[in-house]
Amino acid sequence: MKSLAELQAIRDKMKGSVGLRKEDGEDTIRVVVGMATCGIAAGARPVLAAFTEEVAKRNLHNVMVTQTGCIGICQYEPVVEVMAPGKDKVTYVKMTPDKVARIVSDHLVNGNVVTEYTIGASAKA
Amino acid sequence: MQELSLNVLDIAQNSVVAGATLIRVSVEEDRRAHRMVIVIADNGCGMDEETVKRVMDPFYTTRTTRKVGLGIPFYSMQAKMTGGDFSIQSKVGEGTTVTASFVTNHIDCLPLGDINATIVSLVQCNPDIDFLFTRKIDSQALEMDTRVFREILEGVPLNTPEVIAYISDYLTEQTQIIQGERNES
Repeated sequence: MKSLAELQAIRDKMKGSVGLRKEDGEDTIRVVVGMATCGIAAGARPVLAAFTEEVAKRNLHNVMVTQTGCIGICQYEPVVEVMAPGKDKVTYVKMTPDKVARIVSDHLVNGNVVTEYTIGASAKA
Repeated sequence: MQELSLNVLDIAQNSVVAGATLIRVSVEEDRRAHRMVIVIADNGCGMDEETVKRVMDPFYTTRTTRKVGLGIPFYSMQAKMTGGDFSIQSKVGEGTTVTASFVTNHIDCLPLGDINATIVSLVQCNPDIDFLFTRKIDSQALEMDTRVFREILEGVPLNTPEVIAYISDYLTEQTQIIQGERNES
């Protein structure tokens, strides 16, 4: 059974860790999932869950996974935008949970955009 | 939408935009009577009567990227096509309550789906809003209140990955208990 004591332990661990996330920190990478009606209907929820899980698994304290509304390109949903400080925004389109691990390892960890998943590559195809 | 829990996620976004600080989601199922009632209630800015009427219209939306707003019309349709009902109560300055009921053995009734994933997504994306989620299956009930978690966390954000994992596991466990798949108390 999940007890509240377990949550207390998480709190103590997080408070003790130097890596407590600063959401507006200068090195924070924002991963923004489109979660309006269009995004949700196209499958944004499992994509969001996959990002959350992958970021937790790799203990990436500088990554913040969050949501936005409709950004106007509904035909490309689920859409995920990655905003890294000092870099251009990257828009990944027609996302699936399967694509998430590679974006996390290549882009979020190593700084290499996964070009084939971006809107630029999708629009050409 | 493939499952009703996705509609819940969609409709709850309206509460987020309405500036709610507390969003209640309740799912009550009476399996013998084949009825399910889903309530999404917030303490956001609310709407006047005129606006409440207009949100049922697919050609009304507050968003600026498109001229259609399908969230409410879709959800309402999904309730009504099972022989269920749909209503919105709202008061400016007090909040909005969206109630949908479903006849669960109707052939057009969508499955509820992964409601826990919906709740976890909402907490993940809106760590500053409180969520009270209750689910009842026949006489068994579960409750998840982020206000309780928040008090224990003493400033550690609700969307900390470890906390999100805890909430997710908590919901899975509680759901198994009320569905009678687990016999712990």
